[in-house]
Amino acid sequence: MSLDFGPATALSCRECGTRYDLGPSFACLECFGPLEAAYSFGDVTRAEIESGPANIWRYRSLLPVPADVATKPNMNPGWTKLVKAGNLGKALGIRSLYVKDDSGNPTHSFKDRVVAIAVEAARNFGFHTLSCSSTGNLAGAVTAAAARAGLDACVFIPADLEQAKIAMARVFGGRLIGIEGTYDEVNRFCSELIGDPLGDKWGFVNVNLRPYYAEGSKTLAYEIAEQLGWRLPEQIVIPIASGSQLTKIDKGFKELIALGLVEDRPYKVFGAQAQGCSPVSAAFKAGHDVVQPVKPDTIAKSLAIGNPADGPYVLDIARRTGGAVEDVTDAEIVAAIKLLASTEGVFAETAGGVTVGVLKKLVESGRLDPEAETVVLNTGDGLKTLDAVSGDAAPTAVIRPSLDAFRAAV
Amino acid sequence: MSVSVRIPTILRTYTGGNAEVSGEGATLRDVLAKLDSDYPGIGARILDESGKIRRFVNVYVGEEDVRFAEGLDTPAPDGVQISIIPAVAGG
Repeated sequence: MSLDFGPATALSCRECGTRYDLGPSFACLECFGPLEAAYSFGDVTRAEIESGPANIWRYRSLLPVPADVATKPNMNPGWTKLVKAGNLGKALGIRSLYVKDDSGNPTHSFKDRVVAIAVEAARNFGFHTLSCSSTGNLAGAVTAAAARAGLDACVFIPADLEQAKIAMARVFGGRLIGIEGTYDEVNRFCSELIGDPLGDKWGFVNVNLRPYYAEGSKTLAYEIAEQLGWRLPEQIVIPIASGSQLTKIDKGFKELIALGLVEDRPYKVFGAQAQGCSPVSAAFKAGHDVVQPVKPDTIAKSLAIGNPADGPYVLDIARRTGGAVEDVTDAEIVAAIKLLASTEGVFAETAGGVTVGVLKKLVESGRLDPEAETVVLNTGDGLKTLDAVSGDAAPTAVIRPSLDAFRAAV
Repeated sequence: MSVSVRIPTILRTYTGGNAEVSGEGATLRDVLAKLDSDYPGIGARILDESGKIRRFVNVYVGEEDVRFAEGLDTPAPDGVQISIIPAVAGG
């Protein structure tokens, strides 16, 4: 089999640096550390990127994909809006604030970015089935991408997910298996399935395809920098589930600096968790460099990963850049969803509420500089987690269709 | 106590390709020590230089992640299944 991963030349262990040939492997044989794509980049210019399509493939020369990636059936996510959030900034006292709104992706979450890369990896390895363990958003992204790519899909979720996420994962076809357990238990099951003949030729996007899949999150960093006029933000607030998105955005920023595509300047990375599942925040506050797993209990189910694989790296990055990791309660999550919606017209899912809620907490406690240019991520669409805000949602008045009745009501 | 140990793909070179092997010991620590004597070298893949479980390895005794139990001192009751699993990313 001849593999074509474009500029990616090897897999490298993040812990001990051992290098491996490109393959569907995800853990180091020496130390169990996570493997990630290593590259040999050519000359990459702003002009070349700017002449590319209005999706993540404009950055194909920085991703583990073949040069002709854009010619094959894929969901072509990315190039979502960077909303100048003047009203939210004013409400929070932040001078220059932007919301990177990834609810605009094809299946309405950032997961389309990572899955698009995984589809290419699955093709490269000759897998016939695209699979994942998921808290919901990924399940929909995988079944949709498999449908378009002509692959079979079989995805695994905790059985008690939000109904909208279950419906979305089902509508694209394929199999959806509800597991009686937490996300961490689903993950464990999928890891064991990979080692079984039953799972042969299956590409689990977030397990055996992880080194490729995870690189898709770098495109958030590239887009934010390009949309700011080829400049890194001074501060960024990112939600933490496994922590992979945060670590890859940092990797993306560092690559842009190394390639001379942006000016080298300091930036601070802040992580956001829900209090009901905040093992990374707890470790940050306690000064630990290991993350003690927890059993999640929060409305922010897409962040409900009690044993986050990239947690230690999140701690490293927050500390290295002068950022922090903070958490908010379920009530603060709901309030933040409403604040973002009512100030900017952006309806975030609960994970977005976590991130905006943490942004608010950080600025109020003086840890986030209100004068510095700040980007906050919304990773998914509020329609997927409607229950979080629909409980007290009702018309502001119900009247007869007459002007008198309206006058009386207002 | 006789237990079964599920071996992840990346460690099967030590077990001659076997996905599951039998083990023995009163606690997880004992089981891993016996495992290493049966399959020399496998212990150092699971435990770091200071004898702790490597930070990117998850070990389960039955259904329970041993970090929620007593770590290496977690009892290994007769017949229990022990699983060794690399940390995996999120969804």
